[in-house]
Amino acid sequence: MSISREDIEKVAVLARIKVDDEQVSALEKDLGNILDLVDQLSAADTEAVEPMAHPLDAVQRLRADEVTETNQREAFQAIAPATEDGLYLVPKVIE
Amino acid sequence: MHNKSVAELSKELESGKISSVELTQQFLDRLKSEDGKYNSFITISEEQALAEAKAADAMRAAGKATAWTGVPFAHKDIFCTNGVRTTCGSKMLENFVPPYDATVTANFKAAGAVCLGKTNMDEFAMGSSNESSFFGAVTNPWGDKRVPGGSSGGSAAAVAARLVPAATGTDTGGSIRQPAALCGITGLKPTYGRVSRYGMIAFASSLDQGGPMTRTAEDAALMMNVMAGFDPKDSTCIDREVPDYTATLNEPLKGLKIGLPKEYFSEQLSPAMEEQVRNAVREYEKLGATVKEVSLPNAKLAIAAYYVIAPAEASANLSRFDGARYGYRCDNPKDLMDMYTRTRAEGFGNEVKRRILVGSYALSAGYFDAYYLKAQKVRRLIQQDFINAFKEVDVMMSPVSPSPAFVQGEKTTDPVTMYLEDVFTIAINLAGIPAISVPAGFVDGLPVGLQIIGDYFSEARLLNAAHQFQQVTDWHQREPQ
Repeated sequence: MSISREDIEKVAVLARIKVDDEQVSALEKDLGNILDLVDQLSAADTEAVEPMAHPLDAVQRLRADEVTETNQREAFQAIAPATEDGLYLVPKVIE
Repeated sequence: MHNKSVAELSKELESGKISSVELTQQFLDRLKSEDGKYNSFITISEEQALAEAKAADAMRAAGKATAWTGVPFAHKDIFCTNGVRTTCGSKMLENFVPPYDATVTANFKAAGAVCLGKTNMDEFAMGSSNESSFFGAVTNPWGDKRVPGGSSGGSAAAVAARLVPAATGTDTGGSIRQPAALCGITGLKPTYGRVSRYGMIAFASSLDQGGPMTRTAEDAALMMNVMAGFDPKDSTCIDREVPDYTATLNEPLKGLKIGLPKEYFSEQLSPAMEEQVRNAVREYEKLGATVKEVSLPNAKLAIAAYYVIAPAEASANLSRFDGARYGYRCDNPKDLMDMYTRTRAEGFGNEVKRRILVGSYALSAGYFDAYYLKAQKVRRLIQQDFINAFKEVDVMMSPVSPSPAFVQGEKTTDPVTMYLEDVFTIAINLAGIPAISVPAGFVDGLPVGLQIIGDYFSEARLLNAAHQFQQVTDWHQREPQ
């Protein structure tokens, strides 16, 4: 199965990855090959088969609603690209 | 000392013949002088290692030593280490110093083990040759210009080159077993949920599993004793008793029922590789095992199912790398969207980007049922094959990889060529069962691995089978020149 340039550009926006024109051409070929490989799945008869999410069919564990961690804001912000007054700095969001 | 196993080093330390500080310094000196040839380490944490060694000697003096106290080892650079840079092989995390320890890291610290540093790996564990690392390819100690396999290629090369006696690895589609096979060492992928994933940087959360990489099965058992166990911080970890994996290593194999999946002895396997694997199986027959053919009819669909499920989960997991809270951020972003898209374009390598894009595509509106849901259904069919086969046999045996270590650059042109490298390992991750790679011979001077596949939570049996094989063969003791 092939994937179009438009599809690649659309999915790159969804994935928040900037791709230039040259990369789109390379991706067209590589992703096309990967989707060809994946297309083998369509031949499998999966009528009445339950999708499998966890190998042991375990379900999400719940825990008591208690505070178990201490605040580590300083340690976490020490490794951030940009912070000020205990806040994370990002480019202006609202014009 | 560098040729000794974990079990042997443990005895040396116990006898008082050498202190951990002395032993650690010897290993560090050797590591610094030798690793230029292999590039198997991304970070050598000398200062922390010597501090841990000093603490280990004090622990021993206080009578609190474990089998690991004072023994040097290394972590794959995917396990978070408090205060020591953890890169996951990516530019995105080039300067990331975690403020916390992975549970696996904490377990080794509690046992008094000495971590010498962080080993090289394919970026975000995506690869089978260690060529996708931002920190450069790793060279296989068995052959100039040969890949060590991946993604745990740095760990495999470091253990094979005797730079460390043991290292941690992770396995999402073969990333412990394939490099172990290509470097001639022992590597175990445990049952999904056996080892905590907390603090292990996520690739595909329903498949990722940490495990041991060592020269001997006995050392792998010693590592499992530290790594395995329930962790409330990992929501998919299984709460189940952990046996002493060393206790059953010497059980006789008489009567062991071995199945050979016919689909894994196909035309993809070179005749020379097949001969080595079949010779290994004959050793088991001499030890009293019986052999029969079994079938995994859906195994042929494993790579296809994997390359939907793994990229889909990766695209979700890697969305956290946004340039806002930690890791790389592009220069001078003009707005928020520009920050996200350029940070991720510049911070991720090509293979990681391809997988994020494939995953995003498979999960996007209109394609979810055809790709992701379909792959999850096929995943259950694959699992059912294994469940059926284990009604007839105790373990299965197969090759680990279709060929021995290939030449760097040989499979990098088309991603699909690289994906086929995992044809014999990937179904095991989809099923969530354990499997071990054991050195079982050589082809053209390059190591060949035997894969032993077990039912859920049969790690002790796999280690027992591997250990017994290593009592009658010496493949695992061969040293690269």
